[in-house]
Amino acid sequence: MVKTLPKVDVVTVGVGWTGGIIAAECTKAGLKVVGLERGQERGTEDFSMVHDEYRYAIRYELMQNLSKETITFRNNRKMPALPMRQMGSFLLGEGLGGSGTHWNGQTWRFLPYDFQIKTMTEKKYGPNKLSNDYILQDWGLTYDQLEPYFDKFEKTAGISGENNNPHWGERSSDYPTPPMKKTHILKKFESAATKLGYHPFMMPSANLSEPYTNPDGAQINACQYCGFCERFGCEYGAKTSPEVTVVPTARKTGKFDVRFHANVVEVLKSGNKVTGVRYVDTLTGEEFIQPAEVVVLTSYVFNNTKLLMVSKIGEQYNPDTGKGTLGRNYCYQILPGATGFFDDQYNTFMGAGALGMAIDDFNGDSFDHSNLDFIHGGNISITQTGSRPIASNVALPDTPTWGAEFKKQSIHNFTRTLSVGAQGASISHKENYLSLDGTYKDAYGVPLLQLTYNFTKQDIALHKFISEKSGEIMKEMGAKTVVNRGAIDQYDIVPYQTTHNTGGTVMSLTPEEGVVNNYLQHWDAENLFVVGAGNFAHNGGYNPTGTVGALAYRAAEGVIKYSKTSGSLV
Amino acid sequence: MAKKTKNFSRRDFLKTSGVATGALIGGSLLGGLIGYNANNSKTSPTETKSGEHKQEAALNKGRMFFTNDREFQILANATERIFPKDDLGPGAIDLGVPYFIDNQLAGQYGSNSKEYMQGPFASGAPTQGYQSNLTRAEIFKQAVAKLESEAQTRFKNGFSKIEAEQMDEILTAFQKDEVPMKGVSSAFFFRLLRAATLEGAYADPIYNGNNNMDGWRMKGFPGHQAAYINVIESDEFQKIEPKSIGSMH
Ligand SMILES: Cc1cc2nc3c(=O)[nH]c(=O)nc-3n(C[C@H](O)[C@H](O)[C@H](O)COP(=O)(O)OP(=O)(O)OC[C@H]3O[C@@H](n4cnc5c(N)ncnc54)[C@H](O)[C@@H]3O)c2cc1C
Ligand code: SF4
Repeated sequence: MVKTLPKVDVVTVGVGWTGGIIAAECTKAGLKVVGLERGQERGTEDFSMVHDEYRYAIRYELMQNLSKETITFRNNRKMPALPMRQMGSFLLGEGLGGSGTHWNGQTWRFLPYDFQIKTMTEKKYGPNKLSNDYILQDWGLTYDQLEPYFDKFEKTAGISGENNNPHWGERSSDYPTPPMKKTHILKKFESAATKLGYHPFMMPSANLSEPYTNPDGAQINACQYCGFCERFGCEYGAKTSPEVTVVPTARKTGKFDVRFHANVVEVLKSGNKVTGVRYVDTLTGEEFIQPAEVVVLTSYVFNNTKLLMVSKIGEQYNPDTGKGTLGRNYCYQILPGATGFFDDQYNTFMGAGALGMAIDDFNGDSFDHSNLDFIHGGNISITQTGSRPIASNVALPDTPTWGAEFKKQSIHNFTRTLSVGAQGASISHKENYLSLDGTYKDAYGVPLLQLTYNFTKQDIALHKFISEKSGEIMKEMGAKTVVNRGAIDQYDIVPYQTTHNTGGTVMSLTPEEGVVNNYLQHWDAENLFVVGAGNFAHNGGYNPTGTVGALAYRAAEGVIKYSKTSGSLV
Repeated sequence: MAKKTKNFSRRDFLKTSGVATGALIGGSLLGGLIGYNANNSKTSPTETKSGEHKQEAALNKGRMFFTNDREFQILANATERIFPKDDLGPGAIDLGVPYFIDNQLAGQYGSNSKEYMQGPFASGAPTQGYQSNLTRAEIFKQAVAKLESEAQTRFKNGFSKIEAEQMDEILTAFQKDEVPMKGVSSAFFFRLLRAATLEGAYADPIYNGNNNMDGWRMKGFPGHQAAYINVIESDEFQKIEPKSIGSMH
């Protein structure tokens, strides 16, 4: 029944940013790569009628079809886990480019502090800053070691930015393109933040400020500030995404074959190596085995973890004993902030996914935590991504959620409210983890992944602190009323928060601490690489993809090295 | 030229049939075609030269999900209470929201075809989200019957015949989860109805709501514009005539 195909050098599971980077680098080095992508082919030509909030932003046109597969969720181990039946809290990608098709393009390098969080926190605050319910660990790679890979990703993507943030790591070169345009809204934030003694700078953006040709010869166009960016594909080919960069680069070599509607259900292992993957053609139901010298999991945090679990590769984390690393360190992000109500009208509906200004004065360890009951912080920013009328219906607290008064306020406020917000770092906790569900299955009979997650005391304290700081900035911006985001309590999977899920397949210096080494090579299977935000030991105060991209370049180097030398790379 | 004449006669027909239907329904709030006609009266602030376009759009609307007009009117009146007509502009009915919801219920949205619908089903905690085995189409169908029976129980009259405040009382009971329903809570239905009403008011008119883009006009949202690159740096607020993606072909 199962058909075995001819062996290839490398197979990737999924073709988003991570799969695309692996494919581009490996094919350029002469390797033959097959990309198995369960979604469909798509690209710029498919986005000519994309300015449709309902279809793309509300009904999730470009995203995962949950009728085939989802995850199950519970807040804690005492609750029964139930399926996430509709998308909400985060939006999973599917199709060529993965989430990279409909991302915003806010492109950051995690801070030097992030990579050595344990060492640096203990050095400054002693070993007991957080209780031992939290899992703090260094990443097995420093910022300086990763810098060349950050540089490479930013040059591939043509990132538009300015190097005037005193709090981030040293850069070996400037941004490839200048920052985006500074709008009225951004300037208001800039002057308020400056007055308060902070250091505002333009957000590094993958919506390019000018046309750019990357080192691989791929052309990215200039952003037109169309306001339909986050959750949408770009009709101008101006938002750097895998389909306009690394995928064509790989295809140009003639060595890259992407197979669509190919859903991988198992990684095949024999001894201490993997031999390939098994997948289902979702159109015909036929099953195939794709043998490969190297298997690279690039199917996002959840499926990378799930495929390792169902294929019984590595030891699953056990929250009772603390043993096992697979599924451990699941982190998310928390979103403090404040909304300001103004009398004047602003062009809130214009914008671009990564059009914004930010400060890092309360991110990482750039401020003193001695008298605070949390570590880390978050990048505080104002963004002008293009408000849309279905999603944006702001009313003052205690206003009814429907009827005449609601209508009046939500219409009035559409162009008269601005928000300042942060992406709050999330620290691993022993009760927050991924495992396999015992009850629910996907459309192919494979168990769903189970998420056990709740906000921690650290999260609640960080949220409160940063919301207050955000509110102060908003006040300085001249808002007539400022409403800080209310305290967080239980994590709720229903409202959208952020698609910055991390952990489960953590990288580490030693096999005891993680799932992969710092080339993202599996500790227990030398020809298996696992790539994505799953490698993060905790989640930082920025969007993840800049760091994910750098790690993918690092892994690609590892795959190429491995194909010549074999054995462990560390 | 021929096309113009045709439009004219269609419009005449529409006016007459609208009035006729209105007389038949006799509800306290007018729905569908009638609401649309009211919006088109000479006093309407939104009456513009694009009015003809509006006529065409309304003519092409029809029910795809609800089979009888009584149920459709209950839905229509409920949406109008959520998003009422006021001095800012049209409410849900004039915007075509009931048609939007009806048409959505007949498709992917109504059958939850992109959502995980495998059992076993359990009610779960609120933080775990939608856990019903019912599709949205089934929920709306059941809820419309419930709105009607609540009106009969409380006010001895059909939902479409009671006063606006009485409708609000019933909707508030749904919102507070005080109305027993099967397989789903009334609070969940209320959230669904509220969300769908806003979607119908503000989605692109290609979905048969947001008539004449008046939802967007009220909010100052210009809909589909190719680019803002030339005005993005302006310190002034930009008032821009909205466009639908339907204008692209
Ligand atoms: C609305 C939105 C906005 C965002 N904005 C930003 C931002 O501004 N900045 C930022 O840094 N990040 C942002 N992100 C996150 C960013 O998009 C992701 O971090 C990034 O795209 C992840 O890339 P990936 O390759 O790891 O995974 P994905 O892009 O998810 O790609 C994984 C691919 O694998 C496929 N796949 C999964 N399972 C299987 C299987 N079993 N068999 C075959 N194929 C499979 C999927 O179909 C998918 O195409 C955003 C995300 C969203 C949803
Ligand atoms: S805002 Fe810019 S990058 Fe984003 S979709 Fe529009 S044109 Fe493309």
